[in-house]
Amino acid sequence: MSVSAPTALVAQADRLSFVEAIEFLLVPRESVTGGVQVGGVGEMLQLTANHMLLSALAVAIACAIALPLGLWLGHVGRGEFFAVSVSNVGRAVPTLALIAFFIAFVGIGFANVLAALTVLAIPPLLTNTYVGVRGVDPDAVDAALGMGMGEAQIVRRVELPLAIRSIFGGVQLAAISVVATAILGPLASVATLGTPIVSVNVYGQAGLLGAAILVAVLAVLVYLALTALQRAVTPRGLRAGREPPGLERRIPFLDRRSAQPT
Amino acid sequence: MSAVELVVAQLEIRSRRGGTCVSENGFCPGWIVDNLWRYVDPLVQHVILTVVSVAAGFAIAFGLALLAHRRQWLTPPISAFTSVLYTIPSVAAFLLLLPVTGRTTLTAIIALVAYTQVFLFRNAINGLGNVPEDTKDAARGMGLTDREVLWRVELPLAVPEVLAGLRVATVTTVNLATLAFFAGAGGLGAQIYQDITFRSNVVVAGGLAVLLAAACDLLILGGQRLATPWRRAAVA
Amino acid sequence: MRRSAVSYLTALVVSVLSLALAGCGGGGGGQEQAGGRQEPIARNPQNASKKVTVGAKNFTEQYVLGEIYSQALEAAGYDVDKQLNVGSEVLAFKALREGEIDAYPEYTGTVLTNFYRVPAREVPRDAQEAYAEARKRLRTDRVTAMPITPFDNSYVLGATRKTAERLRATTTSQLAPKARDLRITGYPECRQRLDCFVGIERAYDMDFKEFVASENTYEVLDQDEADIGFLFTTDGQLATGKYRTFRDDKDFFPPYNVSFLVRDQAARSLGPEAQRVIERVQRPLTDRAMVELNSRVVVDKQRPEDVARQYLREEGFVR
Repeated sequence: MSVSAPTALVAQADRLSFVEAIEFLLVPRESVTGGVQVGGVGEMLQLTANHMLLSALAVAIACAIALPLGLWLGHVGRGEFFAVSVSNVGRAVPTLALIAFFIAFVGIGFANVLAALTVLAIPPLLTNTYVGVRGVDPDAVDAALGMGMGEAQIVRRVELPLAIRSIFGGVQLAAISVVATAILGPLASVATLGTPIVSVNVYGQAGLLGAAILVAVLAVLVYLALTALQRAVTPRGLRAGREPPGLERRIPFLDRRSAQPT
Repeated sequence: MSAVELVVAQLEIRSRRGGTCVSENGFCPGWIVDNLWRYVDPLVQHVILTVVSVAAGFAIAFGLALLAHRRQWLTPPISAFTSVLYTIPSVAAFLLLLPVTGRTTLTAIIALVAYTQVFLFRNAINGLGNVPEDTKDAARGMGLTDREVLWRVELPLAVPEVLAGLRVATVTTVNLATLAFFAGAGGLGAQIYQDITFRSNVVVAGGLAVLLAAACDLLILGGQRLATPWRRAAVA
Repeated sequence: MRRSAVSYLTALVVSVLSLALAGCGGGGGGQEQAGGRQEPIARNPQNASKKVTVGAKNFTEQYVLGEIYSQALEAAGYDVDKQLNVGSEVLAFKALREGEIDAYPEYTGTVLTNFYRVPAREVPRDAQEAYAEARKRLRTDRVTAMPITPFDNSYVLGATRKTAERLRATTTSQLAPKARDLRITGYPECRQRLDCFVGIERAYDMDFKEFVASENTYEVLDQDEADIGFLFTTDGQLATGKYRTFRDDKDFFPPYNVSFLVRDQAARSLGPEAQRVIERVQRPLTDRAMVELNSRVVVDKQRPEDVARQYLREEGFVR
């Protein structure tokens, strides 16, 4: 049997559906096809935890790869075309196509989905880190050199803090993308909040909507948490939200605004 | 049902012992060429979804930007609102709209329009705000009214920024439209999903989506260069 | 004495033969010659005013059957509207009862276990008895169940030839003690369905190491991402000969012949001719035929509507 998209004939549903969806999230009930219990807080927590684990790991690994690379490229001022284009290319590849590519060519299972999500998360992180570092005021770097700081120290103590706002913008973009795409995990045998959506025949319409509500709320919470984290980590002097002054001088051809959502 | 055994089926039972490119799930140019026509309808649906969503999104975002340009205090709340909209996973958005607007293309368009706002609004408001105060003073000094200043000074100078936002919004919309089948709107994503393990299918449908995004990107980039000959052509 | 015995015997044999021949002949629209091509379905212009919406569930065999029935009814002159992706059996049955579709092909086993909650154990194992039971129950929902197809699409566990040889099992019971170390794969919702994974684990007292969910069970088996797969007896991929199935020796699964379900109201307005067309067109659908048709879709990657058209042409129902 090939499972189709949820293209079933849906009788005209109404506001009552949302009430049923919330009920699904709170109260376990027998599945539509019978024989097993689905829904309820327990299962939803389990699916949410798995979803978050998958997403967090993907973003963490992507950071481990993209941040050092972006910092280095930005610091030495090389690879500009690459660092900026990788985001354009990343935006052009549909997330469904990426997952499908991995399922069809690489395989299914947690590791493979993690790999796909990591690939998804790298472009915004790389570009935003690069742009953030390039936007650091050259005078600040000169001053640090004058004070006798070494290369690594300049990156760590001058460029990184000044670029933090841009970097966090990248983390937010990456996190939103990954949390959204993890919904497709069940297609590759990974249980996430997408399970009630893919197995709608078992979980029912209430499960479908319930999962949609839950994952939307989760995504917004992640976004808000990251925003709060960004505020906490940004050096006080930069919190006024001014545009990095060095940016225009150092990357004339870049459309810097497309690099950040906030 | 023993009577049936006497009816000799005329159906040709083909031998499948040897593998073919398709049955071995390879990348099969032969099959692709023969079946390219299957992707035409989904591609057309995809193009329509993109064009309509971006056009409507642009109209709304630009209207909001003009409003916020006059009343600066509106900018932060609108910005925040559009950012939060973008945060909602597209699959969730498509599904949540189903009970409200039904299983139609319109549902998908509503969600896609919402996703374009964060880029289009931000770039429009920034573009309009790009004009230095002295330039505007000079214009007013020359006798232009506020409205004329808008039309003849602020808008033309905002064009590069606006078009840059349009580029990002369009590429993003092509990307998100692959999930529009959750709202019942078809598109290339429906093709991918219906045979997600068949390599040739994934490559063609996914490839077409990427090509569509690239084409839109280049088209708007070209428009950007045409519209702003006075800026350095390298302003992307 | 001997001569009359021979002549009586001859007469007996001839009458039996002609009865048998008559038994497989008959049915609407023309005479069939047993053992040969079918007669084309005759278009009756009076049917043009009779509308019917044909539905189907959401997998390959259903698309093919839906197309076959639709195209056959169209050939007979009916005004057919196709809604061939209604969803799961729950949604399809609901759509049928509520009148959103007039008819769709359903499996007798599914009707009894899923719609009327008959425990799988209690469903008759004889195809005709199961059909009679299903038809009786469907009357209470004002649905007419047409006579069943020859083929029976049941669940069956299977593996690649290599794995089957390695496990040295030919029946599901032989597999049961080894299940602890085996990974089993099926489509995502199978894991939570009584008539799939949940049911078979209970019936054979098996405890598989892992359930691997995927959109293509055979691909997973090929890639050795699982050892055993949840297959269907009319799966197209079985025609390639690369897989072995394990016999359901505990007879866990009920019969799954297809009966074209039609709303009573629609059945009345379409008339008995529609039933004759349906019965005729499905008669050549043996297990082998269904596997062939399914394999044209999943192995050759042709479209269900084209495969249905090929079937009708090759069998002679349509020119």
